[in-house]
This record gives sequence, C-alpha cells and structure tokens, in this order.
Amino acid sequence: MKPAAFDYIRAESRRQVLELLAEYGQEARIIAGGQSLMAVLNMRLAQPKLLIDINQVAELAYIELRKDCLAVGAAVRQAQLLARPTLADEVPLLALAMPWIGHFQTRNRGTVCGSVAHADPSAELPLSLVTLGGEIVLESIKGKRVIKAAEFFQGILTTDKRADELVVEVRFPLKREGIIYRFQEIAMRHGDFAIVSLAACIGIDEVRLGVGGVADRPVMRSLPRGAALPDALNETAWSLDAQDDVHASAAYRRQLVRELGHRLIEGV
Amino acid sequence: MNLYQPDLVSQHSGHIGARQTRVEDAALLRGLGCYADDAATPPGTLHAAIVRSPHPHARITAVDFSQALLMKGVRGVLVGEDVKRWALPFPVGVRQPMEHWCVAVDKVRYVGEPVAVVIAESRYLAEDALEGVRVDYEQLPPIIDPEAATTEQAPVLHEAVGSNVVNERHFRYGEPEQAFEQAPYRVKLKVCFPRSSCTPIECYVVLVQYGRATGIYDVLANFQGPYALHTVMARALNVPSNRLRLRTPKDSGGSFGIKQGVFPYVVMMGLASRKVGAPVKWVEDRLEHLQGASSATNRVTEIEAAVQADGRITALRYDQIDDCGAYLRAPEPATFYRMHGNLTGAYAIRNLLVRNRVVLTNKTPTGLNRGFGGPQVYFALERLLQHIAVQLDLDPLEVIRRNLVPADAFPYRAAAGALLDSGNYQAGIDLAVKDGGLDELLRRRDQARGEGRLYGIGYAAVIEPSISNMGYITAAMTPEERRKAGPKNGAVSTATINVGPLGDVSVHVSSTPQGQGHQTAVAQVVADVLGVALESIVVNVELDTQKDAWSIASGNYSSRFAGAVAGVVYQAALKVRDRLAAIAAAQLQAKPEDIRFGGGKIFVINGGPAAPFHRIAGATHWSPGLLPEGEPGGLRETAFWSPPQLTAPDDGDLINSSLCYGFVFDICGLEIDRVTGEIHIDRYVTCHDAGRLLNPALVDGQIRGGFAQGLGAALMEEFAYGEDGSFLSGTFADYLVPTAPEVLDPVILHLETPSPFTPLGAKGVGEGNNMSTPVCIANAVADALGRADIRLPLTPSKVRSMIGIDEPPRPAGMQQDDGFDAEPAGGSALRANDAVVIPAPPQQVFDTLLDPATLAAIIPGCHALELQGENRYRADVTVGVGMIRARFEAKVALSELDPPHSLRLSGSGTSSMGSAEGHARVRFVELENGHTRLEYRYQVVVSGKVAAVGSRMMQGASKVIIGQIFTRLSQRVSGQAIADGWWARLRALFVRLFGKGGAQ
Repeated sequence: MKPAAFDYIRAESRRQVLELLAEYGQEARIIAGGQSLMAVLNMRLAQPKLLIDINQVAELAYIELRKDCLAVGAAVRQAQLLARPTLADEVPLLALAMPWIGHFQTRNRGTVCGSVAHADPSAELPLSLVTLGGEIVLESIKGKRVIKAAEFFQGILTTDKRADELVVEVRFPLKREGIIYRFQEIAMRHGDFAIVSLAACIGIDEVRLGVGGVADRPVMRSLPRGAALPDALNETAWSLDAQDDVHASAAYRRQLVRELGHRLIEGV
Repeated sequence: MNLYQPDLVSQHSGHIGARQTRVEDAALLRGLGCYADDAATPPGTLHAAIVRSPHPHARITAVDFSQALLMKGVRGVLVGEDVKRWALPFPVGVRQPMEHWCVAVDKVRYVGEPVAVVIAESRYLAEDALEGVRVDYEQLPPIIDPEAATTEQAPVLHEAVGSNVVNERHFRYGEPEQAFEQAPYRVKLKVCFPRSSCTPIECYVVLVQYGRATGIYDVLANFQGPYALHTVMARALNVPSNRLRLRTPKDSGGSFGIKQGVFPYVVMMGLASRKVGAPVKWVEDRLEHLQGASSATNRVTEIEAAVQADGRITALRYDQIDDCGAYLRAPEPATFYRMHGNLTGAYAIRNLLVRNRVVLTNKTPTGLNRGFGGPQVYFALERLLQHIAVQLDLDPLEVIRRNLVPADAFPYRAAAGALLDSGNYQAGIDLAVKDGGLDELLRRRDQARGEGRLYGIGYAAVIEPSISNMGYITAAMTPEERRKAGPKNGAVSTATINVGPLGDVSVHVSSTPQGQGHQTAVAQVVADVLGVALESIVVNVELDTQKDAWSIASGNYSSRFAGAVAGVVYQAALKVRDRLAAIAAAQLQAKPEDIRFGGGKIFVINGGPAAPFHRIAGATHWSPGLLPEGEPGGLRETAFWSPPQLTAPDDGDLINSSLCYGFVFDICGLEIDRVTGEIHIDRYVTCHDAGRLLNPALVDGQIRGGFAQGLGAALMEEFAYGEDGSFLSGTFADYLVPTAPEVLDPVILHLETPSPFTPLGAKGVGEGNNMSTPVCIANAVADALGRADIRLPLTPSKVRSMIGIDEPPRPAGMQQDDGFDAEPAGGSALRANDAVVIPAPPQQVFDTLLDPATLAAIIPGCHALELQGENRYRADVTVGVGMIRARFEAKVALSELDPPHSLRLSGSGTSSMGSAEGHARVRFVELENGHTRLEYRYQVVVSGKVAAVGSRMMQGASKVIIGQIFTRLSQRVSGQAIADGWWARLRALFVRLFGKGGAQ
C-alpha cells in the first residue's frame, strides 16, 4: 500500500492551480484534505502524475456570508465550517448534517469543496447542497462557471467538472423563514458511509427531501405533505434504483426512504 | 497440583490478586514501544511485495517476471519454481494428498494467494514492479458455500484428494441413540456461523537474513506461537529446527491468535532472502491482511437435543461442517478439536453423537483467532437451549439451570472427555441474576412489549477452556492412526529467573505476549515470592529460539498465561527462593523453613535476624566459596511445567482438550428499532469464574476486549465473499469493527473457584466473551423477534428484513427493469440495464458499432485496439470513475450478431488492480421518427483488489463506464463534432425521458 511515484507542487495562488490544471488536466489531482485521495493513492487506484496541493492558497480559504448564500472556498476544512458559531442560523441543515461526516479527525483535514468534488453518493455535503438547491463554482484558466448542484452530480464519483477545472467555491442557500430543517442518517457505525441519509426542508404544504446513499448520486425530490406523502415517498423510493451491497439490501434502503422519510418529515 | 500457599509468600507484599497498573504502559503510551517494524534492519536489507491471485480458483499457466527484473531497484523475484527447488510443502495434521506451498506452484485457490514475491530496494519500488510480473491463469469454477462444497458436483480444490471434505470423524459417547429414542421431545436447529477475525492494529512483519555460510535462517517476526509451528516452518524450509532461528520483538500491536498465521510468510521471506542473497523485510498492509492473512472458520451446524418435558437434555447430536478455506493450514483442523472435550458445555449431558466434517473452499485459510472454536460451538449449543425453551414453553434460564453440572461434582469428566477442573455454575448464574439486575431487565421487557416495542433478553452459559492439550489435534485421527503416529499430549511451559550480582531480579517467559500485560503479572508473582519491589524486576518477553528455553507449547494462545505461564514463573521463583532460603539459613543461623522474604529483605520468622535480599543473593556471585555445601553458585533457575491431566486421546476418543475450564454467564437486554432494525443494547452483564485472579484489572481489560470483539462478530463483522469467489471486505470501510461509540461498558462480575490443577489456581480468561457474546446477543434478538433463524452479523438491514418489509408496489408507469434483475444475483455480479436514443436508423448504428475504428473510439480510455480475429480485439484501456483509474489489458468481442436487431458485446481484462469480465446484450429498437433506441443489459463480474476495496462503488462505477461506451457511440453516430450545447440538450432530454443522466 505505497503510492506510485508522483510529482508534487504546493501551489501559491489560485492562478497557479488553474495553470497547472490547464497543463496537466486528467494527469493532475488536487490535494486539499486528502481524506479520500490518500487512500486511493496508497491503494494505487489512482496514479496521477502530479498532485497540486492547495492547502497554502490563502485566497481559497474563505467563508463568506452573502445576501443569499454562505460561500465556502476550496481550502476550507469541514471542521472550520462546522465550528462557525452562526452556522445554525445561516444554514441550519449544514449544522445538522455535518456532524455525520466521518469523524472529527477526518473533518479536521477534509475540505468542504473536496467532498463535493469527490461526489461520493453517500456523502453528507453533496446531499445538503442538492437538497438546498445550492451551487458550485467551477473555474479554469478560460473562466468561471456556476452550476446547480442537481446538475453537477452525474453518477458515482462523476460530476460535470472538467479535467482543467477546480471547484473553487460552493454556495449554500441561507435559511428560509417558515422552513424546518431535519437530517437523519443510518449507517453501520457512526461516521460510516451512509446506507441511507435523509435531508429535509419542510414547509407547510411541501417538503424538499434529499436522499443520499441510495441512488448513484444525491437526489432531491419535492414532495407534498399530508395524505399524499406516503405515495410520493414510495415513488421516490422506487425511483432511486437502490442496490444490494454487503451492508444492506435494496428493499431495506427503499423501506428506510419510505418510513424514515415519513418519520423525519411528519415528526412521528 | 495447586502449589500456591499464601503463608509461604511474604505477608508484606500481597501483589498476587492486586489491581496492579501495567508496567508496560509507560513506554507504550509515550510512543517508546518497540514493535516488529521498529526493529533495526541489517545493512543492505531489501523489501518485498507480493503478487497475489485475483482469482478464487485458477490454474497457473505461466509466470513471466522478466519485465519486473528490468525495473528500477528490483533485485529478484521468487516464484513457485524456486520454492519447489528449495522447500517442501507445509506439513498438515491430517493424512491427505494435498500440498500447500508458501508460494502457489500450480494452482491458486483463493483470492489473495501469493503467486510471486518481488524483492527490491524499497517497498515502493517493489510495489511498482508488481506490474512487471505477468501471470497467466486458466480460471476454474470456484466453490464458496461450505455445504455445497461437500457435494459430488462441487469443483474440487485438491484433485488428488478427490473431495473437498478432507477429514471426517464420527464420535459416540454414552448411549445417544437410546436417549433420542426414549425422549419425549427432540429439538433441532440448524445454524450458520459467519467468517470473521479479530483484526490487530499491527499486521504481519517478517525480517529474514539467510546465512549463506551457515545455512541458518535468522528471522525476526511478530509470531505469537504456538511454537509447535516452529517445526512446521523448519520442515517447510527443509532444515533442522536449529537452522531456523526465530526471534520475536519486544512489543506487539495485538494478535488475538491472528499472528499465528504469519508462519507461511516466515518461510516465504526466508526463501526470498536466500534468492537475493540479502536480508529481506516484509510488512503486510491492511488489504493484504484482510484478504489473505487468516480468519476464524465459518461453520454450518445441525444440532439436536433429546429433551424431557422439564427441559432436561438427555442427549445431544452435533453435525458440523467447518470451512477451513483453501488449505488445511496447521494447526487446523484444530478449530474443531480445541472444543471437543467440552462439547456438552456447562451441562451434565452424558450421551453425545458428533459428526465433524472439515471442508475446503476457495477462501483464505483459517487459523487461530481469539475464542478459537468456541464461538462456533456455543452459537449452536446456546441457540439450541433458547430454542428448547421456546419450543417447550419454558423459561430459558430454567432450561439452562436444570442442565448444569452439579456444583459438588468437580472435577467432572464431561461426556467427550473434558475434565472440568472446578466451578460453581449455579453460584455464577445467581450472582449475574442478582448483581446484574435481571429483574429490572424483565420489567423493562414487559413495559416495552406493553407499548408495542421490540425488547428481548438473551442468556449464554459458556465453558471457557484454557491451556490447550497439544494432543487434542490428534482427535482428528482415528485411534488406529493415532497408534501408528505415536501419542501426543501435554503442554510444557517454561520460565527462567536470573538474580544478578547486585541482587537484581530478571525474568524470562516464553509466552510471547500480544498486549495483555504479562510483564506486569509475572512481576507480581515474582515480587510476591521473593519479597522484592515489583518495580525492581525486569521481565523479558522476547523469545529467541536459539537462546531461550522454549517448547512446542510456548507462545500466546489458548489463554494459557495465567494458569500455565504465571504458574511456571511461580515454580521458578520457588526454586530461587528455596536456594536463597538455604543460603540465608546458613548465614542467619536458622532453619530454612523459618526463612521469610519481604520488603527487600530475607529474615527469620518471629523478629529474628534479617539481611538485605541483595546481600544474600549477591553472595552466589561474589563469594560462592562461602555458600553451604551443594549450592553451586550463580543464581538462575529455569522451570518447566507440564500438567499430568493433559493425557492423549484414548481409544474411546475421550480427550481432555484443555487443562482448565472457566465459566462465563452472560445476560443481554436489548431493544430493536422497528423501522431501522438497529439494535440498542440496554445492558450487558457478564459474570466470569476464571479461578484465582492474579490481577483483576488485567482480567477486566481482557473481558472488555473480548466483549467488544464478540459484539463486533454479533453485529457487524464478516468477511464477505461473492458466490463467484471474489472477496468483498478488503478495507475497514467494508469489514466493520466496532469502535468506542458502538461498545457499551458491560457489567463485569467475578466469582473465584481456584483450579486445583494450576500452580496458582488461576485459569485463562482471555476468550470467554468472544464465545459467549455473539450467541447471547443472538438469543436476545431471537427473544425480541420471536424467531429462530438468527444469522450473524445482525446488521440493521438483516434485522429489519426479519421484522418484515411489507413493501408497497412500484408505482404504475414507473420503468421496470425487464427481468434481468429478477435472475438470482450471482455473487458479486453486477447487473443492470439502460438505454440511449441515437438520432440515426438502427442499421447505421449497427454498422458503426462493427467498425473497429468506432470501437476504438467508444471504449473509454482505449489506447490501442488490435484485431485478433473476426470481431475480436485486444485492447489496452484505462477505465475508471472519478479519481479512480486502472489500466487494463482487455479482450473485446462482438458476437451473436443479428443485424440490425441485436448483438452481444463482451469484454474481459486484467490489471494489477484485479480482473473484470462483462458482457452486454444490445438491442436496436427503431423509433417512430426513424431514430434508434439502443437498449442494453449488462452483467459485470469484478475480482481481485478492485472488488475487495470498492464493492460499495462497483455498481455505480460499471454504470458510469458502460454508459460511456454507448453515449460515445451515440456521439459518433450523430457526427464526430457535437457542439457542447447540443449535447447538453440531448442529455437533458435523456434525463427527462428516463430519469437518468448520461455520463459525460
């Protein structure tokens, strides 16, 4: 479990990162927290020519409260965001979801944008972003583009990001009045990859329910409340193409979407 | 045999039985430990990496390492041919024509089996060069299920044996047939115990220097014993025992039995060192460890009892199949026979029938694992007791109580030969019931059930054997075979105490501790006997087979420390004490029997004269001429101890498989979440009788650790294999071990009935909860759910499906997978279907697909495509998802052509990541607008490293990769240059049509 040889550049600026990505493309990997990449490198499941370390790029290490969103730069660690005293007021769903990400040791290193770029279908941050209708800012040497979370995640570990682009920022929409936020996750142990994770933004008539760990990407559905909810949850459950794996059956995952979804939304 | 006489021991110290804090910890907690990997390496040490089989069962047709030899830093490659030239197969405990070599020579029989060893200047370079070793395999059908492996249709692993059942024995004790005939009830249960292991933090480490001049293999390895395996290693290396110098390091990162399994690698690295003429070091990594180190056996048991109306059991019948993996590796089939003498558990059951079958399957070979044999036996026996209570409508605790061995019957000879040394099982249960608060748990259960919640209570009564009889393994042979082979029995333990010129005491034991605190307990015993300060004693636990006293029973296993090792330390200390007493008697002018030791002094009773310990002891070095007659001078005593109760199996197959038998009684109260199936343990009570406790703090630590592992086995740990033989638990993300938040603190209770057979009255205590906890939790779940078919591990998904999933149907109109998914899932085969619309007529799409240039363009990451025959290609491809990429040498073929309606696209590839094979049926459906709806159903089987570490990702990854093929085809058909915007619109259309995104 030793990685293949690679070059390493500790980038000094965003510009330098983008130039390196333009030059190396697919052959380069960004390293920030390394919580997924290091394991993959050591198992030689990835053998990039170059690692671009963005940990020292100060201009990417920002958390900014804007009019309509909380913007988080590429070099911000998960622990840093979670420790923000006003987080529960600004983006309550994040305050609920983030303690479920791995363990505090992994959150101390792992970055917010890194988790989004990695696009693990069980991960909490992509789920939160999709549920809230957030955005991802991608930048290459040619320019910047902003993409909706629902379009960004395209499959397992697969996103709309091009090889020369960097996830420079993710934007979490701010708390909306009258909405109740809830989050729940079922995993074998605390901190494990979710078997099913559910994020909900609950309004009076309608609810946005995000489901992680079931489909090949986080998925958000707008569901009615009240008598129509069970059927809508059943449709959601079936639509996610749940799979069996060594930890849980597809039927179990669907049932959790239905029953746990109902429990989460209606609070019973 | 119990020598312990408190009045002989100093009145001043009282170390034995004290909650002494561990003397080991100051170093370990400050990072000053010295583990195997920390040991200094000789100059010029090279590093090894191992080429391992990605296939569960295959014939090796060629091994070509010429490329590897050209790679940077590579100094040699060890292959099966070398091994055949220099070494021998490992000796096995049963007579069968099967060969197990340290490197595969003709076939591979499990995923992860070593095929070659690359030796290079660093581990990095060695791993680089793994890709330079090309192994050609002819795949054979694997067999994974142990019951299916016993059938005639099953593929046979070892052709010369002709069957996968490599050992079968029948045992009969008492009059079981008659008892079954006369019994008013017969209660039967079939249970399966899964594969798991106790995973140490530190993996295997081997450092070998082969002496070309001496022919001696000088080895440092974190081997834990039993040292009977030293002879197995020496035989395999084809040298006498004195040419294999085996040393163990000072500290251990844990073993739990697993480090026994390092022995094949000692042989392998010995030969590697010989091949390159330099010292070779190998450190096992976690992936290697999980897939290829060792594990406990998985077992299928049918168990039946003849039962009276009151729950009294008059006879038991076991029919057991033990799955030992691909090779019967020494000391297997010991998993069966370690428990054989006490198969009737804590119960006075006189009639017993046993059928034991050892079966081989395409899994990693098994070996020692904490609890060795116990979890499997008690899962059957204690589940049966609970089931009897349910069937006869009795209280399960009553059924246990009515069958216990009477308290006044010890030592008690059990039906199969165990001589249960001491105990009071009734008192142990009473203690657990009272101090564990069973009444309160029963009240909670009533209340929970009244509220419609799922609450259950489980019990388990377990005999915990310790100090194995080295002869028990011969019970695998018939009495005739045993007579021919000569008797084997006993368990020799050794200890040496040295007193230096300044009166300083050092002790050596051959117990190779793996973190349990042996140094502390040994110091306690010696301090007590010699009356010196505990802190002043140095205990050395390294073992060097060239210098130290050892025997085949040496090592750290079968919980032999407290009874056997601490016992022999006590005896060695008595020998030193007796010599010192004689010297002191002469110097202080008293009788030797009036001499006492304490407070660093040697003195005469009743306030008589005294002298410092160091003065009397020092005299043996400084003034030997003044010592009493017969005293030789110098002060070093080695004691050997072997208990006479450990006799060889007799002609009636009675075997006293262990010297001591402790008692464990557990109670578990738990609640199950009806929705999630999660188990919340309310309280866990565990009551132990381990004879005299030498250090209750160490004992409690052992109980906590065993409990955590038992909990893991009950709830989450399993080495999962697909039916296709692929190994699916290659990382700690898939092989789940409980961590601190998952482990509650059990209520620990103690009872002490000293063993009459060990010098200090102590018994082993390390393994009880590994045996009792899995079945106790299972019984509680059976009670909560009212079900008998409990299968471990009890994952939330499994528990929820036992509660029942009454699933509402798929809504009308939602796309249904068309039958492909309905086929029984074949192991880890990934099956799915998908579709893509291509703006061209079917004939054009079909023709395009048959064009090699198209194929090269649409196969993701295709570097080169070479025609091999009609519609058959060889391709060099790099495929992957996200950051994960692997380069494969692939074969691609198009077949079953039915233009322009359907065809079959198949591919297979191998890489250092593992192998993959898949095929897709492709249908070309003409749409009303003349376009083609291309429907494809595929199946992919992956094996090797990719499957082991990425099983969670496989389904999604194959969807992405296969999706790429057809979206690229679509792209190509509809024109090479599709504008981004246009393509995005098309994809958006697909999303709307099928609810699925096309991959980029």
